[in-house]
Amino acid sequence: MKFKTFAAFVAPSIFMMLLFIAAPLVSVFSQSFYLTQPQFETVEVENCTAGFLKQTCVTEEKTRPILGDDGKIVTETKYVGWQSYINVLEPERAWAAISAGSVSALLSIDFWKALRFTLTFTLITLPLVIIVGLALAVAVNNATRAIRGPVIFISLLPFIITPVIGALSIRWLFVGDGIMTAFLEWWLQRDIALFAQGWTIEILMMGYRVWHVAPFAFVVLYAGLQTVNQDTLESAIIDGASRWERLRYVVIPHLMPLIIFLSLIHLMDSYRVFDEIIGFSSEAHVISLQWLTFDLLTPDDSGNRSISRASASAMLTMIGIIILLYPLLRRTWRDHKGTS
Amino acid sequence: MYFKKIALAGAITLLSTTAWAGCAFENTVPVKSFSAGFEAWKSVTEAMAECGNFSAELDQEFRTKQPSAFAANPALYQIGGVSNGTITPLINEGTIRPLDDLVAKYGQNLTPNQLIAIDGKVMAVAMMVNTQHLMFRKDILDELGIDVPVTWDDVLAAAAKIKEAGVVDYPLGGTMKTGWNLAQDFNNMFLGFGGTFVNADSTPSVNSEAGIKALEKMKELTAYMDPEYLVSDSTYVQQQFQQGKIAMANLWASRAAAMDDANESQVTGKVDTASAPLAMEGGAPATTLWWDGIVIAKNISDDEADAAFRVAMEGLDKEMVQANSDEAIWLINGYEPNRLANGAIAAATADPAPAPYPSTSQMGMMHTALGNNLASFFTGESTAEQALANVEAEYLKSAKEAGLIK
Repeated sequence: MKFKTFAAFVAPSIFMMLLFIAAPLVSVFSQSFYLTQPQFETVEVENCTAGFLKQTCVTEEKTRPILGDDGKIVTETKYVGWQSYINVLEPERAWAAISAGSVSALLSIDFWKALRFTLTFTLITLPLVIIVGLALAVAVNNATRAIRGPVIFISLLPFIITPVIGALSIRWLFVGDGIMTAFLEWWLQRDIALFAQGWTIEILMMGYRVWHVAPFAFVVLYAGLQTVNQDTLESAIIDGASRWERLRYVVIPHLMPLIIFLSLIHLMDSYRVFDEIIGFSSEAHVISLQWLTFDLLTPDDSGNRSISRASASAMLTMIGIIILLYPLLRRTWRDHKGTS
Repeated sequence: MYFKKIALAGAITLLSTTAWAGCAFENTVPVKSFSAGFEAWKSVTEAMAECGNFSAELDQEFRTKQPSAFAANPALYQIGGVSNGTITPLINEGTIRPLDDLVAKYGQNLTPNQLIAIDGKVMAVAMMVNTQHLMFRKDILDELGIDVPVTWDDVLAAAAKIKEAGVVDYPLGGTMKTGWNLAQDFNNMFLGFGGTFVNADSTPSVNSEAGIKALEKMKELTAYMDPEYLVSDSTYVQQQFQQGKIAMANLWASRAAAMDDANESQVTGKVDTASAPLAMEGGAPATTLWWDGIVIAKNISDDEADAAFRVAMEGLDKEMVQANSDEAIWLINGYEPNRLANGAIAAATADPAPAPYPSTSQMGMMHTALGNNLASFFTGESTAEQALANVEAEYLKSAKEAGLIK
């Protein structure tokens, strides 16, 4: 292909990537080093508020932002270096906790608490998604042709559901005396409260994520199964390889590039776990890194939000994803260089 | 039956063709309002709609959207529904206008108590008060011979008796969902023990005797609650009441009417209200006073503001209150309190009276810090002192970042 044709095809997507990915990234990166503060003044004001029968008026010292001539709050932006990162990571408190050997003290810091859950969630769901997806693919591949269509359709349903809606439905099945909790209580003859402690919520969240994402792994691996070399399989049968040995030594090596692709996508997605936190309202027990950024960006009742700290937290999330993906990316790169 | 339906359909058509029938004037300027979505707001905005050219947006997430909607020029809405907690960002950013001249022109029917003055200028018109108060199953208390609890210790004693009798699933309900609700529950108890949130120089002061006492009292109460209390919000507690699963709770006055709603509730007529319990002898009831009301945007033309205010006054008139008197503790002339309003009125008129919720920039940050850090005490991950120290650390971080503390 001529370079000009190549450029004409690729340019729009490069432009979009620069505009919608690179530019915001640069902006967030720079915002994490700057801090914008309103200017405050303390004044004595008389405020009257409604009681039930009569007004109550009090004169009090009140701190309020100064409004400029244009009617906007006067703000000051200054360079603060790594301060926002330090505020998120709290290295001093974290180090004190580690030297004291106290895990609970370390996990009382939001960032480390979120990191603990995010990593657990990502690393436990990854193998489960691949195994369930592969099992489904192999099962469907061996099913009679007549029922394959409906089976594929039904297996895909969880993937079609909007994540937040899916999470909420699972929550409603289990929260309080939901249908499933009521069933478990009847079956086990004991009182069950699944939302009263952290670990049960974590299991529900992971179960939900596997249920939701496994169909994607299934579709990809099922497509891969169609391209397995039949001659190799037949010769394996002649050599006396069992069903398991065929899967282990012929099918899985063939599917390996797809499994790595699925792992990459899943690591990226599940490290940004967020819908589950909101859907299961698990903030009391577990929070994730993405939720931490969201919480910092949410304005409080006085309209204040921590944009710098949120930017720092977002950058740290990105760095975390890069570290997680590094081994897989390196392997893909080596394979790529080896084959070409 | 068939005839009734036709008559009803006819009546509705009539209503929509002469939309301003229930209104004193015909509104020609398009007016939009943006407010919370509970029952009282539905009634008020429906009454406003009678003037024509009016549309209302009711949204429970309004608190996070309102500041930017009003900061736009021109503002996206003319009328805003606020409470004393959510008016702070609008005041701080100067996006709502003083109402003195409009009140003088169109506010003949307002009582002085409704005018919310900040720095000497009327900035909002209140329509109702709201507070968290004790709601209880009168039938259960009568049957077990328990007096209506006056202090939180009485509540604990009553809960123990109810638990022993085993008449409900859980004796107590609590709006302790992590985040805003949990922090507000703490605020009530903390103020009840005479605590103050911040010192004069904006430094935090929640890690105090009052703070620890408040947390410990709340923990004692949770022993009688559904173990999933950290995910239960006001709606959840309301439903627990309606389904007869709990016997007592400190719940919002605006939720009381739902107890007598025969469509949803299995306990109609059985729930009564009383003032929020005292945390300590001689103290104020452990609750805060809130008002809800309307503000008018600054970034709109004077004509629009004029029309918006007139429409709003039509929404807050005597007819509306008389038609919907059960839905809130109204401040509007012509309001007749019903049985369920007793608790809120007792709380609001108690001596010493509970404090209004402090609407300051400091409180906004404190509320968020409390909401994020108190749960660890209830899950047993930290002690009361540690949890409150974490609250103070997060508050200091936000306050320094915002420039409130140097």
